[in-house]
Amino acid sequence: MDDTLLRLRGLTKAYPGVVANDDVSFDIGASEIHALLGENGAGKSTLVKMIFGLVQPDKGEMVLEGKPYAPSKPSDARQSGVAMVFQHFSLFNALDVAENVALGMETPPPLRDLARQIREVSEAYGLPLDPRRTVGTLSAGERQRVEIIRCLLQEPRLLIMDEPTSVLTPQEVEILFQTLLKLKSEGTSILYISHKLEEIRTLCDEATILRLGKNVGTCTPRDVTARQMAEMMVGSSFAAPEVRGGEAGDVLLECRALELPAPGAFGTPLRELSLEVRSGEVLGIGGVAGNGQDELLSALSGERLAPAGAIWFKGEDISRKGPVARRALGVLSAPEERLGHAAAPNMSLTENAVLTAARRKELVSGGFIDWAAAKGFAEEVIARFDVRTPGPGVAARALSGGNLQKYVVGREILQDPSVLVVNQPTWGVDAAAAAAIRQALLDLAGQGAAIICISQDLDELMEVSDRFAALNEGRLSRAVPVAELDIEKIGLMMGGAHDMEVAHAAG
Amino acid sequence: MDPVLLVVSIMVSATPILLAAIGEMVVEKSGVLNLGVEGMMITGAVMGFAIAVGTGSPLLGFAGAAVAGAALSLCFGVLTQYLLSNQVATGLGLTLVGLGLSALIGSNYEGQRAPSLGRLDIPLLGDIPVLGRMLFSHDVMVYASLALVAAVWAFLRLTRAGLILRAVGEDHESAHALGYKVVRIRLAAIAFGGACAGLGGAYVSLVRVPQWTEGMTAGAGWIALAIVVFASWRALGVLIGAYLFGGVTVIQLNLQAAGTTLPVEILSMSPYLITILVLVIISARGVHGAPGSLGRSFHASS
Repeated sequence: MDDTLLRLRGLTKAYPGVVANDDVSFDIGASEIHALLGENGAGKSTLVKMIFGLVQPDKGEMVLEGKPYAPSKPSDARQSGVAMVFQHFSLFNALDVAENVALGMETPPPLRDLARQIREVSEAYGLPLDPRRTVGTLSAGERQRVEIIRCLLQEPRLLIMDEPTSVLTPQEVEILFQTLLKLKSEGTSILYISHKLEEIRTLCDEATILRLGKNVGTCTPRDVTARQMAEMMVGSSFAAPEVRGGEAGDVLLECRALELPAPGAFGTPLRELSLEVRSGEVLGIGGVAGNGQDELLSALSGERLAPAGAIWFKGEDISRKGPVARRALGVLSAPEERLGHAAAPNMSLTENAVLTAARRKELVSGGFIDWAAAKGFAEEVIARFDVRTPGPGVAARALSGGNLQKYVVGREILQDPSVLVVNQPTWGVDAAAAAAIRQALLDLAGQGAAIICISQDLDELMEVSDRFAALNEGRLSRAVPVAELDIEKIGLMMGGAHDMEVAHAAG
Repeated sequence: MDPVLLVVSIMVSATPILLAAIGEMVVEKSGVLNLGVEGMMITGAVMGFAIAVGTGSPLLGFAGAAVAGAALSLCFGVLTQYLLSNQVATGLGLTLVGLGLSALIGSNYEGQRAPSLGRLDIPLLGDIPVLGRMLFSHDVMVYASLALVAAVWAFLRLTRAGLILRAVGEDHESAHALGYKVVRIRLAAIAFGGACAGLGGAYVSLVRVPQWTEGMTAGAGWIALAIVVFASWRALGVLIGAYLFGGVTVIQLNLQAAGTTLPVEILSMSPYLITILVLVIISARGVHGAPGSLGRSFHASS
């Protein structure tokens, strides 16, 4: 396209231990909806933070409408006509809509005029919103409208939207798309960040795909299939899964049409979710973040009780049993969020060991904690999983993310579970340690445990799983043996084709 | 009992708490919990007294007290905002430091008398019979404190700077994402709160008593803190709370002097009990509105 609005050249940003963006270059045309696509951790957020002035690039340059553009703070960006709608809204619950809008503007008019302008803009773009409402009382979709209107009032030339649909209902998504198309027709460019392929195909003119911080290609989403985009996003490089020998044993854990309402405003309900996992088997569950991964884990761990008859362990209904009872039976879990969920941040590693392993490792006798045994167990985890820490007396929060991850996963593995549910077991862990964790999971399966591995890392799932299923909006696809999978099937399972047969027929 | 004298003494007794509480309200609105109000008040009291005695000018004394309170509060600010120390512990420490420091500075001033702050008779209004003497014939600090309450209300409610301050207290992460300087705004609020507490302390040592005795603020700072909470962080609520407390204090003193049959202990307790009771009733109806980030440390991580 000739009339380029924003030109990015060689943007590089490194954080300690990770290069978030490596020599990223692309152009955003005027009146163009440009998609920025990539898996979690591909560097999308860092890139837009640089464009919005929240982070400064180490190297590289940006050119906005022919002029050098190097915002050192968000207000520079706003003055240059760049506005951003955040993924996690930057709103103030106790303030009303007009006050929230005023806070995001450089030179806001008096509040009374502003309220009138908000009404006008919200009507013009079909985003009804009452400026006097307190933001805390609004739904997620309405909150996003506040953010969008805040941006629109400044008449931006480039609007950045960071995963705008992740918290919206389908109806709200529809309204949002109409708004964005109207903006585009008025000459505003939009940088649209997402990893939802179908969304991008409907909405966007161009797409730039990031993988591990690098720009791996640009395409026109309408002209390519979801499969081609998924290939670029995931990289077709992942190793062909080898068929592992060994027969799967008896069914250990089974979900029968599990239904659970969403836990909160931003949660995902679980819908008719059925799965079974057998002794000696690893079931890999993929899917884009926020499609029910956390909810599935808490349903299986017992943090949230399921309706009777939904979850079975060795033929026993455990739906109404809490986490402690399930742990006693041998159903263990390691959640994704390390600090505050898997581990208590301010407690030592020994204390954290007692928290989940007290019963199975007999660390408590007669109501008293056997500290020697607890310390021994913590040291065993540290040694087996190469946790880099001065010792078991260190507080969990003092460990780096990767090291703590090794500790919380290792803590569960060493308790000899019959069923282990892990969510993102190697998130933020370096390659060597990740391989060790995966090997430990495989060894555990080899000893007859059933493992459910929820992850957003497809390479990882292909490596460890025997069967693969994908979560999409709280529904779980049929589990398919990994040996039968190819990149196209995975893309369709993840990208929202709820029923693979129908999708095949259509595509 | 002379009603004119009663109202006059209520206003005098309420002013120090009003000053300290309105300052602390601004601090808490910015998301910082400074429990050192008592320490800043007593420091203001001794510094104001020393400067007023030294220069002979009570107004200079008040100015010095404000500076001293602000300086002490900035120690708290640096510790909690830059070094991320715990706000509760640091605030309590500040109170202890203030009490000790003031005793040290004030030891030479025990028994001296402060130069008095003249009454400011407002022309015309001051000539109204009864009401004039009751309401319009006070020293300048009484009017200043009332003006300050109005100014704080208008600042928080009507100005953009006030909106930003509230936003920082509500959600410092969001405010940071929008590009506001969370730490700088909080330091300014902390300094303002310190200056107000200093003024309140100086009012005790220069007007209300007026002399220096060790520990003379006698818990006024703690009452100021409680009033901010029970006033649901609203300027009008702070005004009501401070005057209520001042009023009950004066009345119970008069009752004690009149020799009622009620035990003295119950009378002495009554200002605290009644103030808290009334403010609880007020705040039970409305929204509580504690700032969302109150007491939480902020560290810009990205």
